[in-house]
Order: sequence, then C-alpha cells, then structure tokens
Amino acid sequence: MLIPCPHCGPRDLAEFSYQGDATRVRPDPASTDMKAWYDYVYNRPNPSGPHREYWQHSGGCRAHLVVVRDTLSHEIISVAFAHAGLNTAEGRQ
Amino acid sequence: MVERESPLGAAFRPGRHGNLSAGPGLRISEVTPSGIAEAAAWPGMKAALAEVISSVTALSLSAEPNTGDVGPESSAFSIGPQRFLVTGGADLPARLAAALPLEIGTVTDLSHGRTAIRIEGARAGWVLSKLFAIDFHAEAFPLTEGRATVHHDIFAQIQRISPNGFDIYVFRSFARAFWLELCEAAEEVGYEVAG
Ligand SMILES: [Zn+2]
Repeated sequence: MLIPCPHCGPRDLAEFSYQGDATRVRPDPASTDMKAWYDYVYNRPNPSGPHREYWQHSGGCRAHLVVVRDTLSHEIISVAFAHAGLNTAEGRQ
Repeated sequence: MVERESPLGAAFRPGRHGNLSAGPGLRISEVTPSGIAEAAAWPGMKAALAEVISSVTALSLSAEPNTGDVGPESSAFSIGPQRFLVTGGADLPARLAAALPLEIGTVTDLSHGRTAIRIEGARAGWVLSKLFAIDFHAEAFPLTEGRATVHHDIFAQIQRISPNGFDIYVFRSFARAFWLELCEAAEEVGYEVAG
C-alpha cells in the first residue's frame, strides 16, 4: 500500500503509523453522559468501504495526515494534512 | 574547543573493498559539515523562511515540497512541511538564528547530532534502493532535491548532490551502524572508502 503524502509524494506503508479513526467526535469534556463516553472510547463502526483515518508520516516528514482509505481495496481516496492551515500553505493538492 | 570525533571509529576503513571485478562501483565518504541546523517556519511562513535561509547561505530556496539547493559552502533542502535541513560552516546555526525573525520561525542546532555520509558512483541509486523504499531515479528524485525517509526506523534525510551522488544525514548515534550496513549493501558492486 502506498500513501501519497502531500509533502513527500507516494511512500510505502512502512513509513507511516496509524493514528486512529478520524470520524470520532469527543463529547464535551464536562459531559457526564456515560453512553457518549463509552461510544467515544470503545465503539467503532468498522465500515466496509471508505474510512476517514489519521495517519502520521512518522518515517518521513513526520506530518499528521487525514487519509480516506477504502477498507476493502486499500485504495487511498484522499490525503490531506491534519493541520488544516498546512493544506493551503503547502502541499500538492 | 573540543575537537569533534567521527562516530564511525574503526568501521571507517579507507581503501577498496568488496567485489572489484568491474572496479569499485561506488565511493563512500564521511562529509559531515561543521554546521547543521533545522529551520522551521510557522504555518504559512515557509516562503519567508526559504528567503531568510537563501540570504544567509547564498542558496536559492523555495517553499516547494522536497526542493533544495547545493552551493559551495552550504546546502539545504525541505524535510517536511515548513521545515528545512541547512548545512554550512561552524557559525551557520548562529548566523541563521540571528537572521531569522521569531515571527517567521525557529532554528535548532543539530551540528552535534547528525553525521553526513556521501555515496557517489554509477551504482549509488542501485545500492541505496536496497536500504530505502524511495525512488532514486533522476526523474523521480531530481538534482538538489531532498527526501526524508527511514531505514529500519533509523531516520535518514537524503539530498541528491550530483547526478550520481547523494548525501545522507543520519543520527550521529546510529551513524556507525548505518555505515556498516551501507558498506555491506555496497559489497556486491565494490566500493572505495575515501580517507
Ligand atoms: Zn511526508
């Protein structure tokens, strides 16, 4: 699997670290809704198809990325810097 | 001032080694410059940072990803969004820090922490392809450009300094292990260690 880093270009999967599901939204820190926190910490939808994920190009430019990856085919549908400001300041998009 | 010692130690063996049936296919040398710095810009400031580095080093840099420049006294290349690796004389980190306004970015002196290894020759790309999962062909990795990559979790920042030559910057603490690995990878084509 190759991930096209917006700074470095296409790189081997071995250079990247998975940083987790990027679809999760943290409940308000003041919230005492146990169900909401339980879902945030433990429950994952595990979709078959496009999935929004955080990856870090840890063995390269070290940038954190948002990757949309098809969990069935491993096709990379889109890649952007997780730091939104970098997508306009730098990159190939 | 304490004189800096090469981390390569006894692993540095000048002369010709490996399969020399077709002559050495490579030349390997240690080329650690006196001054090495990482310069980082705040978001949106990379072009301004490139301008400051260019003025201090007499290089011509831009904000484009992966690009760089090589000059007689200095070299520099992009190693990430908003970041450059810059080399030069012993006073480079201080001169860079003095010239860089805090609103644009910051400078970290890495002179004590990196070792530069130069690999040159017709088979350089071939040998490096055994160690790194990046494309060393000139079309994919043009002259003066840089790449930030890893070799088995050891960081390496690589700049193409000539059509068949690359400077590889590794952590000083891993330099001897990397050097030995590089020599082993080069056995097949024969190599000359330039003392
Ligand atoms: Zn990258």
